[in-house]
Amino acid sequence: MKKILNNKTTRTNLLTYLVVIVAFAVMQAMNSAGMLGSSMKGFLVPICVYISLAVSLNLLVGICGELSLGHAGFMGIGAFSGVIIAALLKDVVANDFLRLLLAMVCGGVFAGVVGFLIGVPVLRLRGDYLAIVTLAFGEIMKNIIGNLYAGTDSEGFHMAISTSKMKLAAGGKYIVSGPLGATGIQKLATFTMGFLLVLFTLFIVQNLINSKEGRAIRAVRDNRIAAESVGINVTAFRMKAFVVSAFLAGMAGALFGLNYSSVTASKFNFNTSINILVFVVLGGMGNILGSVISATVLYVLPEAMRGLQDYRMILYAIVLILVMLFTWSPKVKEFMSVIADKVSGVFKKKEAGTNE
Amino acid sequence: MKKFVAMLMAVLMVLSMAACGGSSAPAATEAPAAADAAPAATEAPAAEGAAPALKIGLTGPMTGPASAYGLAVRGGMEIAVAEINAKGGLQIEFKSEDDEADGSDKAVSAYNSLKDWGMQIMAGPVTTGSSLAIAAETVNDQIFMLTPSASATDVAMTGSNVFQMCFTDPNQGASAAELMKQKWADATIGVIYDSSDAYSAGIVDGFLTKASELGLNVAVDNAAFTADNKADLSTQVTQCKDAGCDLVFLPFYYTEAAQVLTYANTVGYAPTFFGCDGMDGILTVEGFDAKLAEGLVLMTPFDANATDDATVAFVEQFKANNGGLVPNQFAADGYDVIYALYNACVAAGVDGSTPAADVCAALQEQFASLSVDGLTGKGMTWDANGMISKAPAAMVVTDGVYVPVA
Repeated sequence: MKKILNNKTTRTNLLTYLVVIVAFAVMQAMNSAGMLGSSMKGFLVPICVYISLAVSLNLLVGICGELSLGHAGFMGIGAFSGVIIAALLKDVVANDFLRLLLAMVCGGVFAGVVGFLIGVPVLRLRGDYLAIVTLAFGEIMKNIIGNLYAGTDSEGFHMAISTSKMKLAAGGKYIVSGPLGATGIQKLATFTMGFLLVLFTLFIVQNLINSKEGRAIRAVRDNRIAAESVGINVTAFRMKAFVVSAFLAGMAGALFGLNYSSVTASKFNFNTSINILVFVVLGGMGNILGSVISATVLYVLPEAMRGLQDYRMILYAIVLILVMLFTWSPKVKEFMSVIADKVSGVFKKKEAGTNE
Repeated sequence: MKKFVAMLMAVLMVLSMAACGGSSAPAATEAPAAADAAPAATEAPAAEGAAPALKIGLTGPMTGPASAYGLAVRGGMEIAVAEINAKGGLQIEFKSEDDEADGSDKAVSAYNSLKDWGMQIMAGPVTTGSSLAIAAETVNDQIFMLTPSASATDVAMTGSNVFQMCFTDPNQGASAAELMKQKWADATIGVIYDSSDAYSAGIVDGFLTKASELGLNVAVDNAAFTADNKADLSTQVTQCKDAGCDLVFLPFYYTEAAQVLTYANTVGYAPTFFGCDGMDGILTVEGFDAKLAEGLVLMTPFDANATDDATVAFVEQFKANNGGLVPNQFAADGYDVIYALYNACVAAGVDGSTPAADVCAALQEQFASLSVDGLTGKGMTWDANGMISKAPAAMVVTDGVYVPVA
C-alpha cells in the first residue's frame, strides 16, 4: 500500500477521486438535510456535466496536445441523440435510471462514431489547422441539429432535415423540431448519475493517461518525429485520444440534455466550446484535478455574481483575466512551490518517522 | 514586485466590488443605485401592518446580443410596477434576472434564483427558448406564468398555468396570409426568413399552410438565412427580385429587416415589404434611413405614436427612464403583463402572503374570465390553453408614422 502511495501519479489520481467523492457526499448530505436552495440544487447536474466535458477535453488538449474548438459539437450530438433515444425507449424500458444510462451510452457512441469520421480527415492536420477545422465542425453540427426534425407517429419514427419533408400522421409527436430544439423532454438526469459519470470519466481518462497508450500519446505531443522514429503510429494514437474524448463528451451531453425540459441547438455553439476550453486552460493543461476544480468554480462564479445585475458578465471576464495573470505570475508560482515543498517535507518526515 | 502588488490590488478591488454587489442583491430592486435609470419607485413601501408586497419575477436576456428585448420588457414592467405602487393598495416587488436567452441551464438557474428570492408569479421569460425550459419548471412548482413575448405555441401548451401576452407564431403567420388575401390577392409573394430562429420559422410555417389554403401565389419560400450568416442578406433579396416578387414577407426582427430594406433600395428593388410584430422598432434603428421604410406594412399590436392617454404617458415615462429610447412592442407587452397580473390578483384577493401555489390556482381561475384593456389591445382575453385573443392590427408606415391599413 505504501509503495503505491509513494508513486506521485497514483497519489494525485487517488486525490482526484477522493475530492470528487467527498464533494458528492457533502452535497448529498446537505441536500437531504434540506440545506440547499433551488439554485444550488439546480447547479449539481450541470457541474457534473461540465466537469466531464473539461476532463475529456483535457485529454485532447492537455495530454494529446491538440487544440480542439468543437467540443460543444460532440456534446450537442450526445444531447440530441440521447434525448431522442430516451423518448423512443419510453415505453420499452420502464426503469428511469436504466433508460438514462442507455441514452447516455448511445449519446456517447454516436458522438464517438462522428468523432472517428471527423478524425479521419481532420487528424491529418496539425496545430492551428486542427483548431480551425474543429471549430468549423462544431458550427456545422450546430446548424444541422438546428434544422433537424424528428418525431414519432403511428407508423414509427421519422427524421428529416427540413420541415417540408417532415410529415407526421395525425396524433404524431415531435421530439425535435428544428430551431425550437427538443421540447417536452422528460427529465431523467439525477445528481447520482452525474457523479457516476464524473467517476467514469476520471477512471477512463486517468487510466488511459498512465497506460502504455497514454505514454505514446504524450510522446506524440512532445515530439512527433522522435515518437515516429521509435515506431509509434502517430495518427492511430491521436485518433484514440480524439474518439475517447468525443465519446465522453457525448455522454456528458446526453446527461445535460436530459436534465432540462428543452434544449436548443444554439446552446452548442462556439461560445460553449470556448467555455469548456477556458475551464481546461485555467485548471492547467494536463492537470485533471485542476479541470475538476476550475469547471466547478467557473460554472458557479457567474451565477454567484447575479447580485451584480447587468455588470456580472463584464466582471466574470475581468476575473478570468486576473486569474490567468495571477496563476501564471512567477512570484505566485514561486510562492506556491515553496508551500508545496514545505507540505511534502512534512509528509516525508512523517513517513520517515513511521518507517523507523 | 511592484507589478505583483498592483495585481493584488486589482484582485482586491474586484472582490470588494463583488462583495458590494452581493450584499445589495436581495434588495436589488430597492436600490436606485442599480445604476440604470430604474425608477426608484419600484421600491415597495412596506407600511406597518399592511400585507407584504407581491413578488413578481422576470427572466430575460439582459446581456448579450438579445439584450435589447430583455431590457425593453424590463423597462416596460418597471413603469407599470411604479405606477401600481404609487396608487397604494396592493404593492408589488419586482425583480429581474438575466437568462442570456439560453434555452437550458442558464434559464433554469435564473429561474431558480428568483425562486430562492421568493417569487410568487413569473412574468417572463422574454424569449421562446428560455420559456420552454422554464415553463416546465413552473408546472412542477405550480407558479403562475404569463410571458410577455415568448410566442411559440409549445410554450402555452406546456401546462394549464402558462399564459401568453403575445400572438402565437403560427397564428400571426395565418393572419398575415389572410390580410394578403384581402389586400394583395394577385401579388407574387416572396418569403425571407431566419431558419435558425423559432419565432421566424414558426410564423413561416403558419403562413405557408394558410397561404396554400387560400391559394396565394408564393413564388419564393426558401430564401432562408441563419443567425450565423445574417451579416449580408443580399442573396435572399436578389432571389426574390429575380423571381419577380412584388410582395416580400419579412417575418423577423427589425435589425435584419433594416438590412433588407437598405439593400433592396440600393439595387432599385421596390416591392411591398410586409413584416410582423418583430418589425416594430425599425424606424429607430441607428444608421437606418427611416425614409426607406415608407410603405412598409407591419402587423403590430402597439404603436408608440398613438395619441390615446395611456400610450402617451407610457411613452413619455419610458423615454425619461431610458435616455430618450422609444419603447417598442416588447416594452408595451411587459407593461400589459404587469397590469393583467395586477388586475387578476386584485380580483382574486391574493397578496404577498399567499403561497405561490394558491396564487397560481386563483389566477388560473381569474384568467379564464379576465378581460384587460392595455397598450397592445382592448378587451384582451385568454383561452383555456393560455393563448391570448386580441385583434391583430396591420399598420403601414406613412410619413414616418404608423397608419392603420385602409
